[in-house]
Amino acid sequence: MANVMIRKDPNGKLVFYLAKKDLEAHILAIEHDDAEGFGGELTLDDGSRYYVDPLTPPPKLPITVRARRL
Amino acid sequence: MPAITHEQAEALIQEVLEVYPDNAKKERAKHLAVNDPGISSAKKCITSNRKSLPGVMTIRGCAYAGSKGVVWGPVKDMVHVSHGPVGCGQYSRAGRRNYYTGMTGVNTFGTINFTSDFQERDIVFGGDKKLTKIIDEIEMLFPLSKGITLQSECPIGLIGDDIEAVSRKKTKETGKPVVPVRCEGFRGVSQSLGHHIANDSIRDWVLDRRDGDQRFQGTPYDVAIIGDYNIGGDAWSSRILLEEMGLRVVAQWSGDGSLSEMELTPKVKLNLIHCYRSMNYISRHMEEKYGIPWFEYNFFGPSKIAESLRAIAAHFDDKIKEGAEQVIAKYQSLADAVVTKYRPRLEGKRVMLFVGGLRPRHTIGAYEDLGMEVIGAGYEFAHNDDYDRTLKEMGEATLLFDDVTAYEFEEFSKRLRPDLIGSGIKEKYIFQKMGIPFRQMHSWDYSGPYHGYDGFAIFARDMDMTLNNPCWGKLEAPWKNAAGASATA
Ligand code: SF4
Repeated sequence: MANVMIRKDPNGKLVFYLAKKDLEAHILAIEHDDAEGFGGELTLDDGSRYYVDPLTPPPKLPITVRARRL
Repeated sequence: MPAITHEQAEALIQEVLEVYPDNAKKERAKHLAVNDPGISSAKKCITSNRKSLPGVMTIRGCAYAGSKGVVWGPVKDMVHVSHGPVGCGQYSRAGRRNYYTGMTGVNTFGTINFTSDFQERDIVFGGDKKLTKIIDEIEMLFPLSKGITLQSECPIGLIGDDIEAVSRKKTKETGKPVVPVRCEGFRGVSQSLGHHIANDSIRDWVLDRRDGDQRFQGTPYDVAIIGDYNIGGDAWSSRILLEEMGLRVVAQWSGDGSLSEMELTPKVKLNLIHCYRSMNYISRHMEEKYGIPWFEYNFFGPSKIAESLRAIAAHFDDKIKEGAEQVIAKYQSLADAVVTKYRPRLEGKRVMLFVGGLRPRHTIGAYEDLGMEVIGAGYEFAHNDDYDRTLKEMGEATLLFDDVTAYEFEEFSKRLRPDLIGSGIKEKYIFQKMGIPFRQMHSWDYSGPYHGYDGFAIFARDMDMTLNNPCWGKLEAPWKNAAGASATA
């Protein structure tokens, strides 16, 4: 488990930032991202996958959440 | 055409690594790479932010240097106490050329060395009492100081002093922030962790001090300059451009900055971040807590300046966009004149850079504007995300070296024979004695500013002055150099 910050870049794409590893990567796929909730399984552009607990209602970005590596 | 090919560069790295013992070779190999602008993620080619190897000469500093020297030090109206033995502060005093306005010793304290001067007694019995006394003395002698930061040196962490307790007590007593910074030198692998710790201490002790206070009259054009340390006046030559295009600069972090500027930053509309490495942490925090977006800009060289001004303006309305165009048009002739004058003298020259965590990738545009080529670049304390940003700026077959050792740096320069090396004071004289022109790229070699259009003119002049200095042709004794002897005869 590690703290990650999820934000939107100027083009509106989701960016995943894991400070401990200096990992800054775009999120290619996210399980839930709609009016219902936000989170679940994430796939990053370097191929790694993480899990964050889904948040309802969807939060205001950026947000710091706990993520688990899959 | 790159000066060397990809394969030649790879071979060069292998050759340089040859002298290391096996373990060291394996470790250092991960930090040396040849650039391929096609790669999107630096993780695949270079490792960074790792502990330096014992036994090699590294160029890095310590966490205390990152906090006291870089982030906190330039905040001019606070007293920064180097808490611990006297040396750390004294030997780094006033070395950074972060200019400020004010009356030193009255309302600004930038170049004074404040230290708790630990003695054996303080190590044995703890230094908290002494610290309390020091804070009282500072209050008495410098009543116009706006606050105090306690910059811990190594022994403070080792003996376990509770500087947080002292800080809380004194904050209450004096009504001014007393900020404990746990930036003991042994933490982390380089000064980089010191930046992070300093950012965190700003977040925890300073940033929210005016959260409930609505007296500040904001405008829709408020911005803050983050991560510009005003080396030789850099922040000033950046600030005028932003103001001319119609923005209002509320705060400068931290060159020529003050405590109240920092406290007001949560009220701005956009954070403009120059040094990503040392202040992205606080920008990210402000984005999350206050919803302030941040934008990385680059004010080195006219191409990058114009690009950045337009991108900054894109965050605002048409008035600012128009303002940006006007600023660019106004300074274009100045920039063109500089290029016309210096480009013919510098065209095609090859540069090698080894600087902190930002400048190699930021200054490359300025060199390119002058027709110069960066053939090797490296960072002291950059992280993976910095290399991500670097790969696309650098050309094919550029040599990349992370936390380069003195030996590697010398070997690379001997083999590549760059026309100019840019690095720090520790490296300067070695390369000058090797006959390679050298500029200090931390302190701008006692020149500057280099940011902005005005700075570019100085930058170009300095590079020319160094590179085309007649002294480089006179390194050999005249009697050993037959051609030189006959020329003077
Ligand atoms: S490593 Fe420790 S003793 Fe050395 S300068 Fe840094 S804080 Fe001072």
